Amino acid sequence: MIETKDVYFTYPNGVEALKGVSLLINDGEFVAIMGQNGAGKTTLVKHFNGLLKPTKGEVLVDSINTRETSVAKLARNVGFVFQNPDHQLFCESVEEEIAFGLRNFGFEESLIKKRVDWALNLLDLTKYRQTSPFLLSGGERKRVALASVLAWDPKTVVLDEPTIGQDHRQKEKLRQFIVQLNTQGKTVVVVTHDVEFVAESNPRVVLMSEGKIVADGLAEKILTDEALLTKASIVPPQISQIFLQLSDLGFPANIIDVYQARDVLLKRLEARRK
Amino acid sequence: MSMFSGFQFRKISTPIHNLDPRIKFIFVIVIFAVAIMFNEFLVLVVLFFAHIPIVLVAKVQREWIRSMRGAAFLATIIFVTNLVFSYIYGGYQLAPWILENAIALTLRFVVLVESFSIFFLTTSPDHLGLALEQSHIPYEFCFAFTTAVRFVPVLAEEAQTIMDAQKARGLELEKGNFLKRIRNYIPILIPLIVSAIRRSLELAEAMESKAWGAIKKRTNLYELKVRKGDYILITLTIVMLIIAVYVRLYLSIPSLTSLISH
Ligand SMILES: Nc1ncnc2c1ncn2[C@@H]1O[C@H](COP(=O)(O)OP(=O)(O)OP(=O)(O)O)[C@@H](O)[C@H]1O
Ligand SMILES: [Mg+2]
Repeated sequence: MIETKDVYFTYPNGVEALKGVSLLINDGEFVAIMGQNGAGKTTLVKHFNGLLKPTKGEVLVDSINTRETSVAKLARNVGFVFQNPDHQLFCESVEEEIAFGLRNFGFEESLIKKRVDWALNLLDLTKYRQTSPFLLSGGERKRVALASVLAWDPKTVVLDEPTIGQDHRQKEKLRQFIVQLNTQGKTVVVVTHDVEFVAESNPRVVLMSEGKIVADGLAEKILTDEALLTKASIVPPQISQIFLQLSDLGFPANIIDVYQARDVLLKRLEARRK
Repeated sequence: MSMFSGFQFRKISTPIHNLDPRIKFIFVIVIFAVAIMFNEFLVLVVLFFAHIPIVLVAKVQREWIRSMRGAAFLATIIFVTNLVFSYIYGGYQLAPWILENAIALTLRFVVLVESFSIFFLTTSPDHLGLALEQSHIPYEFCFAFTTAVRFVPVLAEEAQTIMDAQKARGLELEKGNFLKRIRNYIPILIPLIVSAIRRSLELAEAMESKAWGAIKKRTNLYELKVRKGDYILITLTIVMLIIAVYVRLYLSIPSLTSLISH
């Protein structure tokens, strides 16, 4: 459980990036944090594992105040995958890279081997076991970074812009993977600009703007609220754009997903035919 | 890495910021020379505190404190090494002058960092480039230099992100003995170097595609002018240098230890 209580954060250069954020993320939730550039999303999630400490207010992770513990202790439970994998890869082989975190957390050597095998397999990287991470493609490096965090099986996973620079197939795989993590009981927090990605997984959406939370609710509600989205400079998914324009024909306005849309349309056609 | 943030330029207008970078650079060089000329504690303390009015006028105290804090780690190493070696050299006796000497040599380092940091904190990279060009240094060198300076903050920011990313994977920089601590920085240095190299290659390509060096004779939008403040500073600098040389040659500076023991 992660709870922020009226959190303010000011960077050393004086930029006030968070202005009173209160948010409760329960165990097993799937949350997408959205909002325009500079809204404070990255700043907020960096509070979840103690990388940043609030200037005012407090952050509780499993009822422990982040001020009273270390990043290393928090990171054991809150895995954080940074946007750019190049900011963390440094080992000679993918295998070593994945073992790095496990060694830091003091896992036994035999357990490390098991967890590495497991993570390699999970992200389809087994064939790159001995390869240098620097020789892999961008998408593959991203997967190595993800594997290196999932390897220690943190209870919560925070992903900052996981879909950037991924082709459609990788993105879909990643999406299914993230959803699967969540169904297996992990708390998942995703920071993203990708509306289609959010629309297809229908998580809880927390919308931020200028350091504050401006909306919080299910994706199908937030992604179909035109006034809100304009304010946060987000374009609704194409499917919901169509349904918003068709709403005076009696179509529901809260459709964001292609499969849902298909069902609604089929039902309508069926009714016509009769 | 906080030592780098002591070199980050912030655009504001103060008498110090508006000085001609060439004159400021001469000032820094003279400070350098004076700091090297003396290894007496008293002189170095004076040099150290002489910077504080400049810091205040330039309104960079926050950055200055950060750069001093950043220098603390290296300063400690210098202090300990000096102490240990002069202890061994002095026949395993811990005399007060050994301590004073070690402090003085540490202060010398701090003064060097201090004056360089103030120079970079108050000089925009563009002015620096202009200053070099107007000193008839070939443009290639000027460009390389300004680029290097401009990328310091970028690199510092990147170092911070990398550090965060590795801490999030359980890296504890402060853990272990001295050697282990140095080794702790490997996971930060490697990504930093790799990305710096990658960035420099990208920069070269971007420059080529913008026809860098296509025209031999370049013109500038802005020109640097030497103004009243600059004359004052250069005069002060020269006076300081003369006094320093005079004192070095003709006077002897008492050590703090001898002053106290009298
Ligand atoms: N290290 C830093 N130092 C100073 N200011 C920063 C730093 N990082 C971010 N900021 C500022 O804090 C504000 C919030 O930044 P943040 O990175 O949290 O936004 P974001 O919502 O993640 O944006 P994006 O969508 O572009 O990733 C911005 O105004 C930014 O300029
Ligand atoms: Mg961000």
